[in-house]
Amino acid sequence: MTQRKNEVLLTGPTLLWLAVFFVIPSFAMVLISFRPANVYGGVEDGWTLDAWRALADPDYPIILWRTTWLSLVTTAVCLALALPIAFYLGKLQGKWRGFLLMLVIVPFWTNFVIRVAAWRILLHPEGMLRQALLGIGVIGPDTLLLYNEGAVLMVMVYTHLPFAILPLYAAAERFDYSLLEAARDLGASGFRSVMRVFVPGVSRGLLTAMALVLIPALGSYVIPDLVGGSSDEMIGNKIAQRTLGDRNLPQAATLSVALLAITMIPILVVFLINRKERANQP
Amino acid sequence: MKSSRIPAILLLLVLVFLYLPILLLVVNSFNEARYSSTWGGFTLKWYAALMERENRDLWEAAQRTLLIALASSAVSMVLGTLSACALHWYRSRLQQINYGVLYLPIIMPDLLMGISLLLFFVGLGATLGTGTILIAHITFCASFVTVVVLGRLQGFDDNVINAARDLGATKWVIVRRVILPLLAPGIIAGGLLAFTLSVDDYVITFFVTGPGSSTLPLKIYSMVKHSKDLPVINAISTLFLILTFLIVWLSQRLTDSRPT
Repeated sequence: MTQRKNEVLLTGPTLLWLAVFFVIPSFAMVLISFRPANVYGGVEDGWTLDAWRALADPDYPIILWRTTWLSLVTTAVCLALALPIAFYLGKLQGKWRGFLLMLVIVPFWTNFVIRVAAWRILLHPEGMLRQALLGIGVIGPDTLLLYNEGAVLMVMVYTHLPFAILPLYAAAERFDYSLLEAARDLGASGFRSVMRVFVPGVSRGLLTAMALVLIPALGSYVIPDLVGGSSDEMIGNKIAQRTLGDRNLPQAATLSVALLAITMIPILVVFLINRKERANQP
Repeated sequence: MKSSRIPAILLLLVLVFLYLPILLLVVNSFNEARYSSTWGGFTLKWYAALMERENRDLWEAAQRTLLIALASSAVSMVLGTLSACALHWYRSRLQQINYGVLYLPIIMPDLLMGISLLLFFVGLGATLGTGTILIAHITFCASFVTVVVLGRLQGFDDNVINAARDLGATKWVIVRRVILPLLAPGIIAGGLLAFTLSVDDYVITFFVTGPGSSTLPLKIYSMVKHSKDLPVINAISTLFLILTFLIVWLSQRLTDSRPT
């Protein structure tokens, strides 16, 4: 009995805190999406589907689609860059491996807003990059490097890349590289043996990397706001506008529930695959 | 075996890509020229500008940021340590729920956490400000501290506790003299991680902040957004980076010392 009491004493405080400030707010968000908004920016009593019907407004499906698309492209580019890097780091031995891995992680520690700001300053019309490109005549005087989809994608890849490299490296570290030699001895080309032996060998790492990039990417707000134009807005921007701009809280809640539903897809995929693999293990 | 050079070249290019913007920002904080396209000579005037009267609000924001970070890391160190012990020592239905509730805040996009907390506070009629920021920071930091302390617990030898009990130590003596000292590096590393997460956070703070309670990331963000005083942003960002590196370096040293 005292065991049980100890368990409750240890579990209680944090679980209670998270129940009040994490679980209940999440349900409150779903609840408020069915409430009517009033003109003072508050929420009225009663129930309505107004905010949900408003999702059919042509603006929102386009933005939801753009959010998904930009996040998927970011994930694909991050995985494509991270895979050969993890392959290389996993094969290295000794000091270099630790040092290079450290170099990959360090930018990860720097403040997120500052990293995005650094790109904004670099790509700024008066900034170094544009002036240099103008100087050598690669771009014309009308070309802007900021406020377009390309800038959003590049900075999204920039900020999410370490999330892809780390889990893939962890998988590559456990990979038996002598399998590649075996594949070559059997006549496979270098590229083919990597694709057919290495990639399946690190599939768990690929799955984790995919989830770790895709989930935060879907919730992006800062990057499209700072380096994107008005036609590159993502769902996060709309949620912020409905919250702090024209203050329609039920609409913000509805958009958030929609975003939550989209984020659940990669979470569920990872969960189901993990469970299946665990069930297959003896 | 002949191996391709492509991965090594790619890694080099990616490292340049990762470091170039940050390095340019630091270099430009010492650049005399207003725009980063030219080098106008070395100067410390942008750092001096930080001291001026008009930038007083930046220092106020910095102070608030540090206070919130200190308070939220202190509280989340306690909460995280308790829940890590619960997850490590018990296997029950309750712990399965506990596990799920602790891991969700780490996985969920921070934007969703921010908006749901805002809706919750608005529903309660709470005044938004330093208090609500503090609550929000504790909520996301507790989970991260739990993960770090749990990692430390994995190398923990339960026999030490049994030995202490056999020698007649009471429960509280065991907690104070055995468990806490052994877990201390993990708890402190978790606290430092919580501190950096709190200092760094923009998105969640942005949603739950009230008038007059801006934090440093919020200030930097609005300066960047309005392209105002770009060289001053470089200077304050450089100072900010140095602070983060110090904390991370400290916490790395603590996590590297494995329990013996």
